[in-house]
Amino acid sequence: MPIKRRTGAVFALLTTSALLAAGCSGGDGETPSADELYKNPVTLTWWHNASQDGPGKTYWEKVAKDFSALHPTVTIKQEGIETNQLQRTRLPAALLTSDPPDIFQAWGGGEMREQVEADYLKDVTEQTKTEVGGIGKAAEIWAVDGKQYGLPYKLGIEGIWYNKEMFARAGIAGPPTTFDELNDAVTKLKAINVVPIAVGAGDKWPAAHWWYNFALRACSVDTLKKASVETVFDDPCFTKAGQDLKAFIDTKPFQNNFIATPGQNDPTSANGLLANGKAAMELMGDWNRGTLDTVAADKAALGKFIGWFPVPAIANSAGDPKAALGGGDGFACAKNAPAECVEFLKYIVSPEVQKEYAGLNIGLPVAKGSESVIADTALKSVLEATANTTYLQLWLDTAFGSTVGQAMNDSIVAIFAGSGSPEKVVEAMKQAARK
Amino acid sequence: MTSINQTLDPAGGASASPAGLRPARRRPFSRAAENRRKWYEIIGLTTPAIIVYVMFVLVPMGFAVYYSLFRWRGVGPPTEFVGLDNYTLAFQDPIFLDALRNNAIIVVGSLLIQGPIALAVALLLNRRFRGRTVFRLLVFVPYVLAEVTVGIMWKLILTDGGTVDALLRSLGLGSLVQAWLADLNVVIWTLLLVLTWKYVGFAIILLLAGLSNVPHELTEAAEIDGANWWQIQRHITLPLLGPTIRIWMFLSIIGSLQVFDVIWVTSVPAVRSLGASATMATYMVDNGFFARLWGYGNAVAVILFVISFVAALLFQRFLLRRDIEGAITTRRVN
Repeated sequence: MPIKRRTGAVFALLTTSALLAAGCSGGDGETPSADELYKNPVTLTWWHNASQDGPGKTYWEKVAKDFSALHPTVTIKQEGIETNQLQRTRLPAALLTSDPPDIFQAWGGGEMREQVEADYLKDVTEQTKTEVGGIGKAAEIWAVDGKQYGLPYKLGIEGIWYNKEMFARAGIAGPPTTFDELNDAVTKLKAINVVPIAVGAGDKWPAAHWWYNFALRACSVDTLKKASVETVFDDPCFTKAGQDLKAFIDTKPFQNNFIATPGQNDPTSANGLLANGKAAMELMGDWNRGTLDTVAADKAALGKFIGWFPVPAIANSAGDPKAALGGGDGFACAKNAPAECVEFLKYIVSPEVQKEYAGLNIGLPVAKGSESVIADTALKSVLEATANTTYLQLWLDTAFGSTVGQAMNDSIVAIFAGSGSPEKVVEAMKQAARK
Repeated sequence: MTSINQTLDPAGGASASPAGLRPARRRPFSRAAENRRKWYEIIGLTTPAIIVYVMFVLVPMGFAVYYSLFRWRGVGPPTEFVGLDNYTLAFQDPIFLDALRNNAIIVVGSLLIQGPIALAVALLLNRRFRGRTVFRLLVFVPYVLAEVTVGIMWKLILTDGGTVDALLRSLGLGSLVQAWLADLNVVIWTLLLVLTWKYVGFAIILLLAGLSNVPHELTEAAEIDGANWWQIQRHITLPLLGPTIRIWMFLSIIGSLQVFDVIWVTSVPAVRSLGASATMATYMVDNGFFARLWGYGNAVAVILFVISFVAALLFQRFLLRRDIEGAITTRRVN
């Protein structure tokens, strides 16, 4: 029967294409041992978050090219993916498959802990001892149970960016060092009709960071460490953080309708308010110097008035007054990535490469010695404070993992909106930990 | 050529298959063989579409149902079976209930606001006047714009001290100024207006197409009988427009239940997470991807699907029945 033969042919075609498809997806499985390093040609796939054209993307392209020039057996295939897409969908999905990228963006903390528990990551403790020594305690963010799984290339702490000219006009003597002084500054700024503090509560995390800082002041370092590892939030200091925040919000230090104000990237954002002289302060991470620049109408004026001071201390609290919140960006290698991956990771954080990164002004470098390149006075004070920090607590939403992080941020925003309460934040965190 | 060959074909096959081109040497097909051939043709022509449909619609749906039964954060394969817990959790979450309420507001609001506006504008644009084409085009523009563009545009217009506020103030209506996107009690109505602006053009175009199918003879006859314009619209045009209106309602309801992009872009994350502007779809993405509750997110997806599916079935059963029955009887007569 001719028909039968035709169906047979169709079947054959389908099977062949299926086989072909399967054949294409397999392939680069070989993992050379350390002594075979740079002997066989390897291709490293690299996923980072510099998706938009700009200094960051150009920089990574150059880093990859330079590394291949040094080691001709290594080809690097890179892909820049927007952060949210990379972190929330692309990476988790790719890590579930048998063919994840070899080296990829890693933010450390709770997410890394989960990835380690799922056996996704390569243990690089032995190979990176020197680098970790150079980075210091902050490298612990990319370690789980004492083992190193990734390295940061940028790192910084958060603090308050402020307008020096407005402070002078309001008659504020110097940057506040305690919350009482900060409250005093808020009153003085209101007296000269200036929005004291801009907050991008619309994006949730900029508002949540205020709570994080109250928690950092209210909780002992041990409590915070335990909370990060075990996601247990029974200590009353977490409720205290919410109470302190509520009292602070009640002094009305923020701009109107802050619940709809975005955090950064456009002139109507909290960033834009500070950059264009419409607000006096903003709590934000070390990257803010660059983002302020992008939304400022007059960059020269911004450069003159912008200053930075660490988050003030709270008198008689359990927290370490010299502890700071911070975080950074790093990379990790997949479990089955070739050994060259670790070499590339080390190359990225080597002082020469880091020096170039520091010169871009898009983030603070981690390697000792590379910071000499930084000229901006505000950034210099961030660097200085980062160095003087006794304990660097990773952003709580990253430290506790996305699930607790999101529930925590949502319920903190509810306090800002007037519908939440300190107790509800803790309750939501406990509930999310069980989800 | 083909038609000649086909008439010569003893089997009288209507297909343009190579078989039809070599009639002389073929033995006539038996009825069974012809039937079989017809089935092979159906299978051959629909298989690619069916494969795509099964792979990209049915299989993912099956996976969604499967994953929704696990406590799973997307790291490693799902292992912790929790039965229907994720579904119970969803209905216990006040934010999800807010999302449901918002979807209901959008479904009903879209029908009640867009329906009358679209009908009025369509009737107006169906009359002959200068510049009619230009108006028809203008009315349709918002629908053609990409959702994200619309979202960003309205976000800028509605921002604190933005265009809308300035306009109201210059009209002496400053007291009406609201925190359009920040006030938790106002935001859903603001979004409903944006959605109306965006989708009313689609309703108008559908109704215009429906109106062009209303036979001119009927309205002319009514005119001769002395009916005025209003009477003609009420007793002739509207009843004949019934099927079009019902189809539009159907599409509007399903679209409102699944609405995502305009809401996602226009409303800010904080307001969404407080429930004020969340819909089932935004709630699903916020929880599934951003809180990384993959199992739970899948459960929300299944709930959204079931609600849409039931709404579609009920609508077909009670409102579209006449239209569908009409179609079936017509075929039977042939």
